[in-house]
Amino acid sequence: MSDPVFIALCLGGLAAAVLVTWRMGQMSAMRTLIFCLILAGLLALFLGAPALRFSAIVAGLVAISAAASWVFRAALLMVAPTSMGPALRAAPLTAAFGMLVITIYAIAGIFAPLIAPFGEAEVIAGAFAPADGTMILGADQLGRDMFSRIIFGARNTVGLALLATTLAFLAGAAAGLFAAVRGGWIDQILGRVVDVIMSVPSLVFALLILSILGTNLTIIVIVIAVIYAPRVFRLTRAVAGGVVTMDYIEAARLRGEGDWYLIRREILPNASAPLVAEFGLEFCFVFLLISGLSFLGLGIQPPTADWGSMVRESATMISFGITTPLIPAGAIALLTVAVNFVVDWMLYRSSGLKV
Amino acid sequence: MIAALVLKRLGLGLLTLLVVSLLIFFAVELLPGDLAQAVLGQAATEETVAAMREQLGLDRPAPARYLDWLGGVLTGDLGTSLLSGERVSTAISQRLLNTLFLASYAAIIAVPFAVILGVFVALYRNSIFDRVANVATLVSISSPEFFLGYVLILFLSVKTGAFPAIATLRGDMSLIDLLYRTFLPALTLVLVVTAHMMRMTRAAIINLLASPYIEMARLKGMPPWKVIVKHALPNAWAPIINVIALNLAYLVTGVVLVEVVFVYPGIGQLLVDAVAKRDFPVVQACCLIFAATFILLNLAADIGSILTNPRLRHPK
Repeated sequence: MSDPVFIALCLGGLAAAVLVTWRMGQMSAMRTLIFCLILAGLLALFLGAPALRFSAIVAGLVAISAAASWVFRAALLMVAPTSMGPALRAAPLTAAFGMLVITIYAIAGIFAPLIAPFGEAEVIAGAFAPADGTMILGADQLGRDMFSRIIFGARNTVGLALLATTLAFLAGAAAGLFAAVRGGWIDQILGRVVDVIMSVPSLVFALLILSILGTNLTIIVIVIAVIYAPRVFRLTRAVAGGVVTMDYIEAARLRGEGDWYLIRREILPNASAPLVAEFGLEFCFVFLLISGLSFLGLGIQPPTADWGSMVRESATMISFGITTPLIPAGAIALLTVAVNFVVDWMLYRSSGLKV
Repeated sequence: MIAALVLKRLGLGLLTLLVVSLLIFFAVELLPGDLAQAVLGQAATEETVAAMREQLGLDRPAPARYLDWLGGVLTGDLGTSLLSGERVSTAISQRLLNTLFLASYAAIIAVPFAVILGVFVALYRNSIFDRVANVATLVSISSPEFFLGYVLILFLSVKTGAFPAIATLRGDMSLIDLLYRTFLPALTLVLVVTAHMMRMTRAAIINLLASPYIEMARLKGMPPWKVIVKHALPNAWAPIINVIALNLAYLVTGVVLVEVVFVYPGIGQLLVDAVAKRDFPVVQACCLIFAATFILLNLAADIGSILTNPRLRHPK
């Protein structure tokens, strides 16, 4: 399609859509479409047809993912228990999109060997061979199948991040609950330790410790748990601290219940919503930190497939216009975006729906 | 009242800085064996290790060495690189300036942009504009810095050739040239930080909109933009200043990855190189600088919110 025809089609289509929505009385949709029309016109005017074509592709992708999320939400509504129905029906499309992406990643990670057409470290083609019938994403710098490595990366990178997050979360939440219930000097000491750890930037802290202890997976997991447990501690301490002052806690104490009972039966049920959201947020931070470390060459070591190191290994190709490094980097971004969408929805629900 | 609060916060900040310097110094003591052995490796003979130990002063007790190191840091002497034998302070000074230049470049663009956009989004909350901004900022926050960096390189450098992908700096460049050459790394930082700041500015303002005095202003017929600019914003300054300082502190970490992506000769790149080569004095010095900046910015945030709190400024 020649450029002027393409521009005319784009702008004409948008203008027709504006007219249709105007006739149907859908004013907010019409305003949005007029905005798009102006934007497309400006793009065509100042940046030319390639920019418009690019935006059209992006818009198409957004539309496709919105449709997929809508279908996924409808499917979830059918299988979900009725108690979750209303909440799910009111879920925004972004949250549905997040859940869809997380499901896909989970499937990819769990069934990696069944899905990936080639092995994790199997060399099957020349370096940076372009995409073809057998390799839908082409080959990496050693001629390994990019698609298979992305699939295995879902298992390795996400698995490691999940492990580290769980450890950080358990340690932080346990310490926070304990500090809230006990109070006194234990609370004070834990609070000060947390202040110190949180006053060092996380990436710098990780680099310092990893440069000293070397990079093996156990050390990475422990270091990351130490860095991120304080965040969980602060939140748990704050939430549980609010609950501890309640009368029913006093009543339970007077009944002679122990700390463990208080935590398990009285505090946790009242603190679970923000904690679950925090787990999601925490996962994003940990995942980005682990990817960042791998990108710097200090994370999971080759030949194990890992998204951060995959970006690093093929990074130089970007200057030749080859998009290989963007694929694993995009995989990282997509998962974090998805988790954030879901967390955003959960926070919105638990915040009592503020304006 | 305010002076006492500020002094207390300052003291706490200095104490934290001291504890962190202890942490950074004694972390190296965790090395299996000691520094000399770690540097020379398993194959080194007893004599060379002993000589190295003497040269590094490792025969003295650790607390004494810590005091020396701390004294050196306070007088601008950060020790000697293990590999090049160069003074760490000479290696760092130019790079520190470069990094500060990049961070302030990003901050000068990002801060006004984010605050204005945040006010705007709070004004038109729940409109389509707000929702698009919400999704766009979430995407930008969630993307790793290197993803944003490479996307920008691909589109703004490789495909269109508008900006250079690699930020080479020379001493004789004019400011315009410098700004042009470092535009892409600065833009990457701007994207990440703006998103954070904008979301938090929006949240800070919207939090206030439920207050009675806002309702009062609305009921007396004030237009919405005036309600926000005249009544909400002055009370939102404390959280917004906090947000700005926190995000500038965040720039400190973000800068490490961005410098590696754009091969920018800053202190982050130096830190990563030193970590790979296990050049501990350089690692310690860089970590201390990063941590100190981080702590000082957090301190500035707290003091800023004390100073801008109208209730503290006019005691009853």
